[in-house]
Amino acid sequence: MIRDITIGQYYQTDSPIHRLDPRVKLLGTLLFIITLFLYKNPAGYAAGAVFLLAVIKLSRVPLRFITKGLKGILIVLLLTVIINLFLTPGTALISFWKFTITYEGVGVALTMLFRLTMLIMGSSIVTLTTTPNNLTDGLEKGLRFLKIFRVPVGDVAMMMSIALRFIPILMEETDRIMKAQLARGADFESGNIVKKAKALVPVLVPLFVSAFRRAGDLAMAMEARCYRGGDGRTKMKPLIYKKRDAIAYIILFSFVIFSVWIGRWQVINDFFNSLYLRYIIK
Amino acid sequence: MPLILDHVSQVYNADTETPVRALDDVSLVLPEGQFIGIIGHTGSGKSTLVQHLNGLMLPTSGNVYYNGRDIADKDFNKKELRKHVGLVFQYPEHQLFETDVFADVCFGPKNMGLSKKEAELAAFDALRKVDFPNELYYASVFELSGGQKRRAAIAGVLAMKPDFLVLDEPTAGLDPVGRYEILDMVSALHKESGMTIILVSHSMEDVARYVERVIVMDRGKVAFDDTPREVFTHGEELEAMGLGIPESTRIARMLKAKGIGVDPDVLTVTEAADSIYAAVTGKDK
Repeated sequence: MIRDITIGQYYQTDSPIHRLDPRVKLLGTLLFIITLFLYKNPAGYAAGAVFLLAVIKLSRVPLRFITKGLKGILIVLLLTVIINLFLTPGTALISFWKFTITYEGVGVALTMLFRLTMLIMGSSIVTLTTTPNNLTDGLEKGLRFLKIFRVPVGDVAMMMSIALRFIPILMEETDRIMKAQLARGADFESGNIVKKAKALVPVLVPLFVSAFRRAGDLAMAMEARCYRGGDGRTKMKPLIYKKRDAIAYIILFSFVIFSVWIGRWQVINDFFNSLYLRYIIK
Repeated sequence: MPLILDHVSQVYNADTETPVRALDDVSLVLPEGQFIGIIGHTGSGKSTLVQHLNGLMLPTSGNVYYNGRDIADKDFNKKELRKHVGLVFQYPEHQLFETDVFADVCFGPKNMGLSKKEAELAAFDALRKVDFPNELYYASVFELSGGQKRRAAIAGVLAMKPDFLVLDEPTAGLDPVGRYEILDMVSALHKESGMTIILVSHSMEDVARYVERVIVMDRGKVAFDDTPREVFTHGEELEAMGLGIPESTRIARMLKAKGIGVDPDVLTVTEAADSIYAAVTGKDK
């Protein structure tokens, strides 16, 4: 029942994308998202989509895993499209009753649709192809410069990796406790919202108790191994850039430059504008 | 009312590349009044099996019948089934949540729709059956020892007055004394009230002393289903499943192989000692 939830799920397989240094993937996602907001014409989005699909193909993650992430924001997506479609002022395309759809509205709605879809798909590739531990390692090393501002990067990364590690454990625990209480006749499904919330007490109390117990055990185990904070800790598998990471950076930067250039190129902007003007005049 | 499993299979992760057949075509009849042991190595499917007995899991194929009715039927009352088939999970003390022991034990019977008074009577009765110390009835759960917590948790299921009591590894994590206390208590429940007990364990020693029927699970299938004595004659097969036979039986077998006239089918230490004594001195004790 609870197992259906998939946050930051990792898809295990071996692919060039999986093997990349997490810092490349993190920076890549960041740049990809920024470029999405720089395009001014459809050619830019097309370039972005081609790049995204190529990365997905390379990652060997089935497409349905990536689109699964979209399900969660389907409502947000629909709302954005509908609101933009009806509320953008401009030249009317269709009018009925009190609603008007404008040419500009269609343009904005489509832009938003592509932006959001690609944004979510792009960021889910990172979590799908990187183990949580690798991801925190990447963040820790990538954000090391924040130390100048006295941000305890190592400790924060440790907390993050512990939190991530505990998600599946606590999910399993929830599942087990729910089953145990079901076996004692608990009922989580019937009744109104207040009754349903009350029915969760027999699950939440043992779950919290167990979380605290586990946290205590873990703290003791860490102290027994002389953990004393993040500074100066070495890694068993330190992150070192390899040749493939350099190649990936080159491809990444070429893509960014190319797609932004084409996405903002005056000639293409003019071409699409003329297309658009011709339809309005007609 | 017997529980019948008819060609039950359970497949996890069916839609991925690595489906797991946790149960593979299991057919069993579990009549009332028996004391049954289910044994299997970790991952043999025993925990999955017991969750089918009270409808917490429904088979991916095959049927489970209780009282002649398929428990997967839409109009089948699962709550009613869970009243009749009490399931005590592994580490059941982790499910305790109320402010005191007594209130927690009342949770089950109250869910069964009993009035406050009836629920309290049932809880009292259950706590007495598990020999829970009187002075701790209103103690907080956190003040109890490991063994006491476990008793309280078992009482929480017993209070629903089930016909079947299924215990998944009830002795896990207890010291030897605590283990035998729990097992003796369960055995007494069977003798005194004729309750059907299904004891899940990976320890042959635990099971051999008490049960009248052993079901051995291996990789999701029922490997053996017979009396302990009969099952333990398959020593080598059991060893291959990572189970092995009780120490006393093993020693008796080894002596027998050396040509000493010991009964190779002994189950407990006492039986083994008597048999060895008889073989060596040539007379019964």
